[in-house]
Amino acid sequence: MSGEVNVRSAIHFASAALALAALSFGAMPFAVAADTPDPAADAKAFQKFFTEKFPKVKLDDFVNGPYSMNEDMHRQWEEKEQFPPYDFSLDLGKEMFAKPFKNGKSYADCFPNQGKGIRQNYPTFDEKEGKVVTLELALNRCREANGEAPFSYVKDEMAALTAYMAFTSRGKPFDIKIPNDPRALEAYENGKRYFYTRRGQLNFSCASCHVQNPGERIRAEVLAPALGILNAMPIYRSEWGGMGTISRRFTTCNSQIRGVPLEPQSDEYRDLEYYLSYVSNGLPVSGPGARP
Amino acid sequence: MSGTGRANVLKSLALATTMLIAGAASALAGASEADFKAAYAAAEAANKQAASLRNQWTTTAAALAAAKKAAEAGDFDTAVASSQEAEALAKASIYQARSEKDAWKALEIH
Repeated sequence: MSGEVNVRSAIHFASAALALAALSFGAMPFAVAADTPDPAADAKAFQKFFTEKFPKVKLDDFVNGPYSMNEDMHRQWEEKEQFPPYDFSLDLGKEMFAKPFKNGKSYADCFPNQGKGIRQNYPTFDEKEGKVVTLELALNRCREANGEAPFSYVKDEMAALTAYMAFTSRGKPFDIKIPNDPRALEAYENGKRYFYTRRGQLNFSCASCHVQNPGERIRAEVLAPALGILNAMPIYRSEWGGMGTISRRFTTCNSQIRGVPLEPQSDEYRDLEYYLSYVSNGLPVSGPGARP
Repeated sequence: MSGTGRANVLKSLALATTMLIAGAASALAGASEADFKAAYAAAEAANKQAASLRNQWTTTAAALAAAKKAAEAGDFDTAVASSQEAEALAKASIYQARSEKDAWKALEIH
């Protein structure tokens, strides 16, 4: 009986691998990674890959995800932007951001430039802590430092706050820094490894969908390119019927491939956000965004 | 194929069929609570190892939950089968995590 179960599992596993192989058919050939990390060269190669794969898409337009992939979808996006579904969240975020904490301080006291027009600088690398700090994490740390309970990383309040902060930064190019600190480089490398590592019973990596198959469909969804994918966050997703943070996006991706998601803002997700944001340096903030 | 060759193939098939029937019969012989506990513990241990590699699968958790539910209902045959399925899935997730330790590099953009 044990053998029978093993065989069945192996068949499930093999089917998933075959499905992936079929999905990846025609993917570009990839060379084996060099050993010395070079983030600047990575970012250059990353952007070159996507601009060559989609020669008709302007570099800045990649931040519009699936809507950048063809003209019809781009027109849909333009129409959606007339009455964007994230407007309610944006209004809520603006109100929350301005409202003082019980101690009289506010979010503005925790961030440079009172928190306005700074989205493009996150995540940062905190040399004191030796770790990556995302905007969502910085917001909750601000709350806790001022005696307030942290928000859930995957729910509406965090989405509203980050929507407002992104909105005040729209058009500013991503400017993620990797300081001259071996821990920062290690965090970047860990994020890269996470991005390309296959996981879950479906044996998918982030790259399986967002590097090898952007523009292709999985069921009714058009897959977004990895380039600029975080520039539009947070997003209103029709599929979710609401707003979603970066944490929600990462955890949902993991469960969709039948992997148990890690806890939001775990080191792995923080590093992943660091890597993905860095390779999109130069592309503008477009968040909050809307997706099918 | 010669007559002797064909006979050998038939003999092998007959033997394989007998073994399969014997296997199925032993599976249906009626598992005990102790069988379930042993199978469940093995599955849990493998899943714990997958957790240490930060690579658990949702399907493993589902099979473990199904095993527990069946055991609570006194259906130890199903409970053992689900536990064994969970163990196989957990072992596959461990294999995946180990093989991806270097294999991820093949996908990297250069």
